[in-house]
Parts: sequence; C-alpha cells; structure tokens
Amino acid sequence: MPDVVQRYLEEVCVLKVRIKFSKTGSMKFIGHLDVMRYFQKAIRRSGIDVAYSQGFNPHQLISFASPLGVGLTSDGEYMDMQLNSSFSSKEAMDRLNEVMNEEIQIVNYVELDDGSKNAMSIVAAADYCISIKDGYDFPENYREMFEKFIEQPEIIVLKKTKKSEKTMDIRPYIYHVAYMPEEFVKKTGGILKNTVAEQYENNRRIFMQITNGSVINIKPEVIIEAFCKFAGIEFQPFAYQIHRMEVYADINADNKVDEKDYGKNRKLIPLDAFGHEIL
Amino acid sequence: MRKLALSDEILLTVEKPARYIGNEVNMVIKDPKKVPIRFCMCFPDVYEIGMSHLGIQILYDMFNKREDVYCERVYSPWPDLEKIMREKEIPLFALESQTPIKQFDFLGITLQYEMCYTNVLQILELSQIPIFSKERKEEDPIIIGGGPCSYNPEPIADFFDIFYIGEGETNYYKMLDLYKEIKENGGSRKEFLERAAKEIEGLYVPQFYHVEYKEDGTIKSFKPNNANVPEKVLKQVQMDMTNTYYPEKPLVPFIKATQDRVVLEIQRGCIRGCRFCQAGMLYRPIRPRDIDFLKEKARKMLESTGHEEISLSSLSSSDYKELPELVYFLIDEFRQKGVNISLPSLRIDAFALDVMSKVQDVRKSSLTFAPEAGSQRLRDVINKGLTEEAILKGAMDAFKSGWNRVKLYFMLGLPTETQEDIEGIAVLSDKIAREYYTIPKDKRNGKVSIVSSTSFFVPKPFTPFQWTRMATSEEFLEKQRFLNQKMKEQLNQKSIKYNWHEAELTMLEGVLARGDRKLGKVIYDAYKAGCVFDSWSEYFKFDIWMECFEKNGIDPLFYTARERQEDEVFPWDFIDIGVSKKFLWLEYQRAKQETVTPNCRQKCAGCGAKIFGGGVCFESQD
Repeated sequence: MPDVVQRYLEEVCVLKVRIKFSKTGSMKFIGHLDVMRYFQKAIRRSGIDVAYSQGFNPHQLISFASPLGVGLTSDGEYMDMQLNSSFSSKEAMDRLNEVMNEEIQIVNYVELDDGSKNAMSIVAAADYCISIKDGYDFPENYREMFEKFIEQPEIIVLKKTKKSEKTMDIRPYIYHVAYMPEEFVKKTGGILKNTVAEQYENNRRIFMQITNGSVINIKPEVIIEAFCKFAGIEFQPFAYQIHRMEVYADINADNKVDEKDYGKNRKLIPLDAFGHEIL
Repeated sequence: MRKLALSDEILLTVEKPARYIGNEVNMVIKDPKKVPIRFCMCFPDVYEIGMSHLGIQILYDMFNKREDVYCERVYSPWPDLEKIMREKEIPLFALESQTPIKQFDFLGITLQYEMCYTNVLQILELSQIPIFSKERKEEDPIIIGGGPCSYNPEPIADFFDIFYIGEGETNYYKMLDLYKEIKENGGSRKEFLERAAKEIEGLYVPQFYHVEYKEDGTIKSFKPNNANVPEKVLKQVQMDMTNTYYPEKPLVPFIKATQDRVVLEIQRGCIRGCRFCQAGMLYRPIRPRDIDFLKEKARKMLESTGHEEISLSSLSSSDYKELPELVYFLIDEFRQKGVNISLPSLRIDAFALDVMSKVQDVRKSSLTFAPEAGSQRLRDVINKGLTEEAILKGAMDAFKSGWNRVKLYFMLGLPTETQEDIEGIAVLSDKIAREYYTIPKDKRNGKVSIVSSTSFFVPKPFTPFQWTRMATSEEFLEKQRFLNQKMKEQLNQKSIKYNWHEAELTMLEGVLARGDRKLGKVIYDAYKAGCVFDSWSEYFKFDIWMECFEKNGIDPLFYTARERQEDEVFPWDFIDIGVSKKFLWLEYQRAKQETVTPNCRQKCAGCGAKIFGGGVCFESQD
C-alpha cells in the first residue's frame, strides 16, 4: 500500500471512539496490564471493527486513560479505540457487554469529536469514594477529624519515586471532600449515578475530588495515610476500599503554570463528554 | 457478587491474585448444590502452566456437557499462598465455586511430568484429604490420576485410588454413570472401586494388586489380590478423532498463561517411531482429525476466546497430510484479523519456509531443528530419520530467504554414545554456520546465530530403551564438559551458543520414570521434608531427596544406572498399550545394530497397535 494511502486510512478514515467502563468484585484483583489484555480479547470476541497497526505483529489501536491500581474498583474507567467502522453506541455496548464478565461492564460508548485529544493526555482529576471495610477500626467521629485535617493550610507528605524522595504539599490538589453521595455531588456539581462500589455495614465513607493524571498525580491512599498520621490512628493498608467514580479533563488546563497553581482555574469535564452517541 | 475463598487481605498480599479467583472468560457456572457429581480437575503446578494444558480443557468441556456433573479446576498454590493457607488452616478450594476440594466426589490429577509428584501430595494435604489411599474414608473424594506418567503409576500408587490409563474421551462417562448408580443405591467407596476396576476398561486400582520382589530388588510377581479385577489394564484410545469432544469455548485466563493462544490438536500419535520417544509409542496409532472439523473448530475457538494466536498441536505436524490446505486456510481467513499462526514441530522444507515467511518476521524468527544426536550413526540408533543433508539443505534454503538464526536440540547420554557422537554435535553446529558463510557477503543478513541445546537422555517406560542403562550425573557432566570444549574448538565458535541442563534433576526424573512402589515412601518423606515444586530449579532440593533415599535404604542407581535383562518384569508391564514388549525388545536390538525401522506410513513394523482397529494401521501404505 502506498504511504499516502496508508496515512489517509490511518488519519482520516479511522473513527475514534471512547468507552467508559466499570470494574468491581473479583475483577479488582486484575492489574492494569491484564485488563488491557482482557480488553484486546473482548474486542475481538465482540466483532467490533477495531483498527490494527501495520507490520508482522499488528496490535489494536487502543489506549487507556489512567491505570487503576490492583485492589481498586471503579465506575468510571476510560479507554479510547480507533475503529475502521462502528456499530451504533447501543449495539456496540451490547456486543461488548455480551462477551464481558459481569464485573466489568461498558457503561458508555461515544464517538469522539474531531480534534479530540486522547484520554491519557488530558486526565486532570478524579472522584473517589473511600470506604472503611467491615471489621477494621476507624473512629466514629472521623468526619470532624477529617474536616480538621483538610482545614490545615498545608498538608506535607513524603512522595517517593523510584529515583528520589521529596516532600510535597498535597492540600491544593484536594478539591472537594464530602461524606455522603448527595453532599458530594452538590459540592462538585455532578449528578447522582448508579454505582458498582461495594457497600459496607459500617457506612464510614469519604468522598473526594482530587487531582489525577500525568502532570500531578496524588493517590487517594496517600491522603488517607496522611490523615491517619494527623489523627494519630494506625494506617492499615487493607482497611480501605478505594473506588474511583469519575475521571475528568480540565478544559482550562494550563500546563505552563507553576506546580502549586496547577488546577486552580480548573473547569472539569468528564472524559465521555468529549464525544457523542452514535445512533 | 461471587464470594471468594480468600480474603481481600490475602489476595492483595500474594503474588498474582488472579491465579486464585476463577471467573475467567468461558468458565462454566453451575449450582454445586443442584449437581449430583462434583469433579475437580487438577494440574499440580502453578496456574499459568496448568491453564496452558489442552487435555484439561478437553475434559472440562466434556464433563460439563453432562447436566449431572459440575467439573471445576484447581492448581498448585504458589509458595507464598501455601504458607498463608497452612497458617490459617484454609482448605484448598476449586476456582469455580470457591468451595473446598474435600467436599467433591472426585479429584482428577493430571500427571504430565515426574517432577510434579511432591506437588500432588501438597494438593492432597492442603485439601485436608488423607495422603494415603488406604487412609481415606467414605466422605473423602476419589483421587484419580491420568496423563503420561500414569503409564508407570507405581511410584505414586499408594496415593491414588484410581489411575485412568489412556485417553479420557472413551470411558469417563461410564465411570461417572457407575458412580452415580452406586451413590444412589447407598453403595460404599470400596464397592465403587471394585466395580470400576472390574467393569471399566482402562481403570487401574492399585490397592487390588500385589507386588512381590526378588532379593535383588526386581519384581518377582505383580498380580491382582482381588479375584474380580483384570490382570492387564488396556490403554484407552479414542479412535474417531472427529466425532468426539473438543472444546469450542476454551477458558481464557486473565493473566498471561504459558500457552496464551488457541490450541488446535490436528492429530494424535506419531508415525516416526523414534526409539527414545515415549509419546511416539504410547499414542499409537496415529489418528488425524478431519480437516473440515479443524477449520470449524479454529473459527469457533478464535471467536469465543478472542485470542490473537492459534497454534497447531501434534507430535509431528508435517505428517498431517492436509497440512498445507489447513495452514493456508488459517492464513487467508485470520491473518487480516491480526491472528498470528504458530507451527511448532514442523519439518523445514519449501512449504514450511513459505508459511513461516508469511506469518513471521524473518529477521526476528529462528529455524528449529531437532537432530537429537550429533552423528548419523547415533541418529540411526535412535531411529531419528533426520539426515545431515536435510538439515544443511533446509538451513541453506532458509538462509537464502533471509533467516540467520538457527536453534538445534540434542540429547546427551543416548545408548551406545561415543565421544565421536558427542563431538558431532559441535561439528554439525559449525557446519551450519559454515554453510551460511558460503553466501556472498552482500547477500547475507548480518552474522549467523546458532543456538545448540542439549538435554540429558532419560529412558522411559514403553520405549525400546526401557531396558537401557541411564548415565550417572557424573557421566552426564563429563559429557557436557567434553562437548563444551569441542564447541570452543570450532571455526565459527563465536557464532555458536551452547545451552545445557542440570544433571541432578535429570537423575531424579530417571529414578521416578522407571520406579516401582518402593519409591512411594521416598516421595512421601521428601515432601514432608520440604520438597515441592521440584521442577522449578529455585525450589529443587537435591540433597533432601538423597537423604530420603538413604533413610529408606534405597539406592537411586538401581533405577537408573542398571542395564535390565530381557525377561525382567517391569512395574508397568501390567499395562497393555497395544505395542508389545516383544516389539520394543526387537527395536532395542535393532538400535544396537544401528538399523533403521521405516515409519508407519512406509511399512508396518508390526508393533501391535493394530489391535485398536483404525488409524494409520488401516491406511493404504505409500
């Protein structure tokens, strides 16, 4: 195939689609790389007309927004796909869900608008719900304590990377905190949605909207660990079920701003708002 | 939501929790409470290896076709989880229902290699099932062994209630029917085992046989101690390979298994008759599957799994008569969908090179030859038809088409081997490199790379070499050193890489392969002393094994470094594989005379497998 034709096919004819999926139950033990493999096979089973790279080992043109750690569940994971042709959103979702495990389900499927950037490059924030698992201690007055925790002018944590350790103030990147879903959506301007999050009898939960993505990334467990230290309680690594609810891009993002001002003028939009349903 | 047997805390602590949660694509879900027979299928090694095994996929599908059976799976827990299970007394569980194995009716364990025997004991102990068959009670599951090692089950006879000798497709249903009948009538475990041994061909119940030994340690007699059971157990063979069970929806693991692809078994058996090869004798006669059946299964399995690769499986793919049609069909149908086609055990010829150039990147892939022995003389001894001329021609054709990597497989310690034969390995490796450099420089694709690997020869039951003496570890190492030296003397030594194996593991494999019932206590003691995952070199504890042999007054060399007499009674003689002991002896003599035996399609050698009434034995010969 001549190069020109090849490029035409890749850039012009290819359709870009974004799917949103949930992940729960035993699937939380499947790590990010295996979830990618799982999707590659599921896409083949579904009959979706995905585009492949060229060469002897062609691979599907798919990419994920933000890897989810082992042990976490989610209502809002995103994956972008390049397709040669597409079914309607409804049929594509049905086809995928038909061949998927009930613990990973596609909840949205949109065609991306022209000029949309890929999901991975625009992730800026995420909503999380942190539940205390039954059988673990967590103070009854945790709300008051957590309020005091975030009222601090700065929250300094030690951030470890492979190469170095450095201290960092994470307070500017905790955008909203709440303890009930209604209260949380009111603060963030979102809407109440169905969730696959596991429910626990003790009902001790913390909802938070925080920064996420490639520029500055704060893991929710880092916040919990800092809170435990602040409150003088023991941090128990297995006591918290972290559930991601939504992932956002920031349409006011300015990557040139100073680190501490990152996200200050944010306008957050869920990743599936950059496309439209295929009818 | 499915309830898991292990807590979040445990699953988030161990390596690869996906090994223990089940729920893979195409997993069969039934309500265990509503199914009268529960069968757990086990591969006694880590999940990624066990999930790659075709046999279990076939039986899993076949068993679950029955409404009255729920077949589930279990694999060996990795040492990190094993430790936790012992501390917390968590019973080993099946992946599907996540319920304890001890609640099952059957535990079927596939025995693919001898070095898994301690893992079998680990599975039993973690399941909280008595390790010895004689200690099991009415409520314990029936423990069945199957697979290649059940062709000499004697070293592990004490731990099993039944061995199924041969291919599972033929008689498992009969056994399940019998079990159901006896269970409904309130019959006992003993009654089931007796009737199974008596009424169902291919089932061997070790407790109904008694072994007497001579003073020199060899077998004096091997006889039933129960009047109802047969003296000989006949190997089971599925003769119709087309109208039979084959999964259309194989399980797809979440984590990458060793065999992460669709496996299409194109035929069973082999016509070649290599004298060292156990599979070549056990699975006689060769039985090809119908090509339309294979095309349809390939399509269905690719659709139901979403795998990006399909691999053809057989002992010698080139002997499948319609191979070109099948392979070109797979390429035409599935290549554009990004499906890769893998063709192991293919003889290098024009067809093979054409296919390989279509499905692989020539610059990155390598050619594989298995001459097994370094000289033509020794290749005649082992009846390996591959000639030096064929290897050099195949390699040259490939070099001209752009390949520059060659892998060669050999064995050290074959019967009658001399230093010249060993040196021949180095010489042949060098000749292939020399062949490459005859191509003008501007037409070559850089340097040539030859990787020669040697393994140590282990004589196996039901082969012409079952009588032969196996080399000792010291002898193996000496041969290895000698070859390593010879490799360094070659002109193109810089283009040749030599890989070798460990000798100690091979020695133990040799003991267990031709062992008898006396070894049961050694295996038990070794397990109790901490031996498990013996096939994993980082876990293999050779010293402990040697201590256990000594403690039990057993000399391992009795089983390995001893030439057997023609009339010696072997522990596996009670099994009838069709191929006669007389034929194997004749082949052993022909080996010593360096006489080649033609393959089954050239001329029937009268091995005895004709009694099964089909396959190549009834094809018209070329």
